[in-house]
Amino acid sequence: MRRVLNYLIGRLLLTVPMIFILLSLVFVVLRVMPGDPVSAMLGGHAPDSVIEKKKLELGLNKPLGAQYVDYLGQLARGDLGKSMIFEEPVWTSISAKLPATLELTFFGLAVCLGLGVPLGVRAARNRRNGHDFGIRLYANVVYCIPVFWLGLMLQMIFGVFLGVFPIAGRTGSRVISSEFDTTGLYVIDTIIHGDIGALGDVLFHLALPALTLGITLSGVFVRLTRANMLDTLKADYVLASRARGISENKVVYGHALKNALIPIVTMLGLQFSALLAGAILTETTFSWPGMGRLLLERIYLRDYPVIQGVIVVYALLVTLVSLAVDLVYAAIDPRVEL
Amino acid sequence: MQDKPEARRKSFLSPASGVASLIGKFSRAARKYRIEWWILSVGAVIIAVVAFMTLFPGLFTRFDPNDQNAGPQLGAPSIGHFLGTDNLGRDVGARVVYGSRTILGVAFAASLLSALIGIPLGLISGFAGNWADKALSLVMDSVYSFPGLILAIAFAAMLGPGVINITVAVAVVYVPTYFRLVRGQTLQIKQELYVEAAGAIGARRSTILAKYVFPNVIATVVVVFSLNIADAIMTEAALSYIGLGLPAGVPDWGMDLSMGKKFLPSGVWWMITYPGLMIMILALGFTMLGEGLSEILNPRLQEY
Repeated sequence: MRRVLNYLIGRLLLTVPMIFILLSLVFVVLRVMPGDPVSAMLGGHAPDSVIEKKKLELGLNKPLGAQYVDYLGQLARGDLGKSMIFEEPVWTSISAKLPATLELTFFGLAVCLGLGVPLGVRAARNRRNGHDFGIRLYANVVYCIPVFWLGLMLQMIFGVFLGVFPIAGRTGSRVISSEFDTTGLYVIDTIIHGDIGALGDVLFHLALPALTLGITLSGVFVRLTRANMLDTLKADYVLASRARGISENKVVYGHALKNALIPIVTMLGLQFSALLAGAILTETTFSWPGMGRLLLERIYLRDYPVIQGVIVVYALLVTLVSLAVDLVYAAIDPRVEL
Repeated sequence: MQDKPEARRKSFLSPASGVASLIGKFSRAARKYRIEWWILSVGAVIIAVVAFMTLFPGLFTRFDPNDQNAGPQLGAPSIGHFLGTDNLGRDVGARVVYGSRTILGVAFAASLLSALIGIPLGLISGFAGNWADKALSLVMDSVYSFPGLILAIAFAAMLGPGVINITVAVAVVYVPTYFRLVRGQTLQIKQELYVEAAGAIGARRSTILAKYVFPNVIATVVVVFSLNIADAIMTEAALSYIGLGLPAGVPDWGMDLSMGKKFLPSGVWWMITYPGLMIMILALGFTMLGEGLSEILNPRLQEY
């Protein structure tokens, strides 16, 4: 237990330079950008004296280095700062949007694994015949579909032509959002409140975005599962289990897949950043009020603190997931020690 | 590795026989790897057709992509306009044809740019292996593990609209890909006996890098380059879909998609179907080319 704790602390400390590097990059990139929050806010018609006064207030006229040191000091105290446009702390804006992104990402991942792993297993079991070829074709095609285009196509078919699913937002108008202030994850909130109708509505809205995100990423997992299953299916223990007369399904899913899962879990950590990138595009397509849309809105407004805050939160998410993956890895593979 | 006499004999061959031997090599490969060969060929054909389209757009459409009087507004596909017209009365087919220029050019240039930055950095960093290597690796790993699109968004927003600007924004994302690949390979090759031998006979470090390490690294880079273009195509499309990166007036598939999105609720399907389909097909072409190449170049993988 002690070792696990030491490992955890070590890994968390390693994330500090990563976040620092990304933040420095974004900080410089933002400040070099033409335009600033004051001009964006006042619309360019304000007299220079007003603009200068506002800049002074926000600390924008200080040298870049000083601004940077100020920001890092603030960050070290766990404070993401205040928005330069709206009078609100950055964390308030982010925490309002974060659950939407998490919900979308989680269900997208569920779709992705639910499609990718079984298809990969099936392809491996039918190596080099029609099934295998078809599934590999699916994997390659799906990998090349732009997330947002798949979203548009699903909107077109299921939303506009068939009229089955809604094409925008997280809830319908009949669901009052004030019910949902417990966690912000609507699926969990509606379950807590025991409101089955609202839960149905939320899941209905979630269906197309989650499918969009999940399908585009499932190709990677099909290929990975297939490759690893081919390896494990050749292993001696699989031959031994077959010789003992264990049913084929049990051999494939109980023995071979279990061992093939280990690299899949690793891949999960690596693909998480692709998932977040896909989530931004899905959010844009489905008017999903998540962090990606917050980021884009604030980039247009040049709201530096919020943009930086969003980047920090994304970087934290990526590192936390890769940490979680390491832990799961150690838990499912007894040969791995932390 | 080739032995010396063989290499010397090859250098006397004329270009024509060189091409012939290449064709022979590929047709041998074609017999050996049937499916892989098909995958590679289909990919190459897709790329060739789109490349042809960028070079001779006039052969594919008779409309100008920015002509607002090409047809009726929001006209459905018809005999006059096979792919319909958009909200400004422009021909969707013409925009698809001319849009291939932007996306193919940007994706290719961006991949090339990141390769030109990433490969030398990876080579030198992996070969030197000192504190600078560690620092550079840390920076590259940080960028690599972060969602590339977000970085591209930040750069595209900073640089403002422009074809060159979007190329730079896309290229930034892929520098770590080449860096990590080349550095890893260099670390391995550095240990090889022939590198040690070259050092022992007094070859300079730059000579070892250029003549012994680099040629062995480049084979994997070719495969990754092709796959990278496929990825860059989708990043470019994503950026212009979001509305970053390209000035108005440049026909682009991503931008056309975001415009078509507005008219989707009223059932205008042709504005979003064709540009997206083209993005997918083009990306698929480069993926297939890369996949086919990788399976033929790395025979170890052929069991799969």
